[in-house]
Amino acid sequence: MKKACAQAIAVASICIAFLATLAMAQTGGELRFCLRMEPKTFDPLKVEDEASVQVRYLTGGTLVRINRQTQELEPELALAWKVSKDGRQISFRLRSGISFSDGTPFSATDVAYTMQQLMDPALHSPTGDAFRSGTGSVETKIVSPTQISITFPAPVAGLDRLFDQVAILSQHSPKRELAVLGPFMLADYKPGASVLLKKNPNYWKTDEEGRKLPYLDSIRLDIQPNRDVEMLRFKRGELDLINSLDSEYFDKLAATSPQVAHDAGPSLDSEQLWFNEVARAPIPDSKKAWFRSTNFRLAISDAINREDLSRIVFHRHAQPAAGPFSPANKFWFNSKLTPPAYDSNAALKMLQGEGFRLENGTLKDKSGNAVVFSIITNAGSKIRERMAVLIQDDLQKIGIHVNVVTLDFPSLIERMTQSFDYEAIILGLTNVDLDPNGEMNVWLSSSENHQWNPQQKTPETAWEAEVDRLMRVQASSVDPKKRKEAFDRVQEIVVEQEPFIFLINKNSLSAVSTRVHGAVPVILSPQTFWNAERLTVAGQ
Amino acid sequence: MNLWQKLASALLAGVLCAAATASWLAPRGYAGQDREAISEPPSRAHWLGTDELGRDRFARVLYGTRISLLLAPAAALLSTLMAAVIGGLAGYLGGTWARMAMAVTDLFLSLPWLFLLITARALMPLNVSPLFSVVVTFLLLGLLGWTTAARVLCASAASLRSADFVRQARAVGVSGQRLFWIHVLPNLKPVLFAQFWISIPVFILSEANLGILGLGVAEPMPSWGSLLKELEGLVSVGEEPWKFVPLALLVLVVMSFQSLLARQEEMTA
Repeated sequence: MKKACAQAIAVASICIAFLATLAMAQTGGELRFCLRMEPKTFDPLKVEDEASVQVRYLTGGTLVRINRQTQELEPELALAWKVSKDGRQISFRLRSGISFSDGTPFSATDVAYTMQQLMDPALHSPTGDAFRSGTGSVETKIVSPTQISITFPAPVAGLDRLFDQVAILSQHSPKRELAVLGPFMLADYKPGASVLLKKNPNYWKTDEEGRKLPYLDSIRLDIQPNRDVEMLRFKRGELDLINSLDSEYFDKLAATSPQVAHDAGPSLDSEQLWFNEVARAPIPDSKKAWFRSTNFRLAISDAINREDLSRIVFHRHAQPAAGPFSPANKFWFNSKLTPPAYDSNAALKMLQGEGFRLENGTLKDKSGNAVVFSIITNAGSKIRERMAVLIQDDLQKIGIHVNVVTLDFPSLIERMTQSFDYEAIILGLTNVDLDPNGEMNVWLSSSENHQWNPQQKTPETAWEAEVDRLMRVQASSVDPKKRKEAFDRVQEIVVEQEPFIFLINKNSLSAVSTRVHGAVPVILSPQTFWNAERLTVAGQ
Repeated sequence: MNLWQKLASALLAGVLCAAATASWLAPRGYAGQDREAISEPPSRAHWLGTDELGRDRFARVLYGTRISLLLAPAAALLSTLMAAVIGGLAGYLGGTWARMAMAVTDLFLSLPWLFLLITARALMPLNVSPLFSVVVTFLLLGLLGWTTAARVLCASAASLRSADFVRQARAVGVSGQRLFWIHVLPNLKPVLFAQFWISIPVFILSEANLGILGLGVAEPMPSWGSLLKELEGLVSVGEEPWKFVPLALLVLVVMSFQSLLARQEEMTA
């Protein structure tokens, strides 16, 4: 009898311990990974750079959220929504009983306030650009504390999906943008070192079993531009994931620890080269003439061996790019487009047709100026440095001398956006959304991110005027077929004119430690922590 | 000369000869990309293998040796001379002059060099030839690298001010200027030489780090510093020992120079 009791107690104790362990594994812990650069801002409406976008994703509460795995739109702070037939109005029914992280109640007035700030022309919100479909102001109508309708001056295509990027601000909180509705809130920020996010005690979401989310206690984001250091720290167990991994390290990781290396296939991201076409740029007029010549850009594009870029720089974890959208974007990609074939002879012929000539191995323009220009890219990015050196070698074959200059990122951005003191740049586009509306701030000639010639008062070329028109057509239509036609034509024009010389679309490569449970790497950003609220970290 | 010094001389001679005949020893040059032979181990075609862009590492080591052996010592010479004049004079003159000179030195030491170099990069045109970028890089290093040596030389010169031979020279009427240039400065030679040799590897490594600011040797031109950057990645000595050749070369060359410096000091003594 006594023996039976003892056995029963032992079994019960084991069961309790097991269940406790399970419970512990499901909650708590700190997730650690790196931001590649200093976040420029914590104001969700001003966010533009990747680091700030990532922080916003983790802290911002949105009305709706694109599920990064299924790519379907799901309710968040909004229980339901409806877009009017003409695409000009969207009505939301909001959840009740929700508070910001500082306890300030959330209601429709906060949504109205956020929209007002977002569309304020003085703020120049990059997120707001995606909503601009025509002239006139945006009107909000608060029907009740949990109901609001927002009316735009013109139809906005894919209107509901755009709200995935809009983090709701509190109108009343004294903490301003630091009062958040997302799963995590900013707890500490050490410039140059780290960002610490702690779980939002007032986060509204629970899991299927009624447990409060997020499971994690905190997320520590170390600011680490050096990918070698990031990799070493991951291997040592100091980091739990690498959201975006270089192909070189992916192969090394996959060789030794295949279970932590994830290749989710072609991503939406691209790497491109573009020339400075800003009229007031402080570069010689002869160079401005080259860069503003479509045939010059097309020739350069033909002279670049994209297969080699994919094979040598990305170890075949990338594909030559056909145009502005990756084939991974199955609906929106224009399938008629193919990557330009490498043909240096054709490139030289095209340049000769423009009056360039090859003299003693050096290409010269009509006026006898040797074709020499610099390509700048951000220092520390081995991928881009290598691409630049390969392109330097490719262009040397047709007599063009390229100087490769790597700059610290702030200096590069300053030249690109303020002084326009550059000639050519290699950088990448990180695409967050499948919908082309997410790139309105790139393709509209008046936009800040129209990188080769931003903020034009009126389009300087006929083709840019046409792209503006087509982008507005697709943005103002709710018919997917009509939108697709318009955007297909945008892609064709971009390929015909090559303001961006699209180089490659890289695969989505990431690393996730086996300590992390619940991670499902996908192609949409943020690839590894898109479901951060449901992640757990064991062994802490 | 002992055995080590003979070996050091032979090594230096060999390295200098190899660097001088780089175009003959490595006719493909440092920029040629063999795109079918990426990151290859050593072979008959590529004695030290190839880098991540298919460039012959042996050629890059040879040409990089030329750049680094020519310009790092030039920068070290510039910084040492500046330190000799500023620090040496300050120590010799003493008093207010020494305090002013050391204040300037302290100011230079306390300046945020990173931001100054970023500014320097901002002022420089983007289209400079790799050779120009090399010269500018080492010139900047030379102009900025005198401060630590200046303090050492100031202290050394100050100690010589009250030396017997200096007093004797003063007593027989040797002028201040002549006293400094003919009597004091030559006696600072051991310190000067030491500072000079210490500076060379420092400048080689600094050049590599300046690459992150867009300064440094521009691609595709190699230097020891840019070759050492290959070791920043996850490189294992056991798996890819050929990548450590530039590092080994740097260590051996610097040790050889220092061995010969010791020989020279023996001869002087």
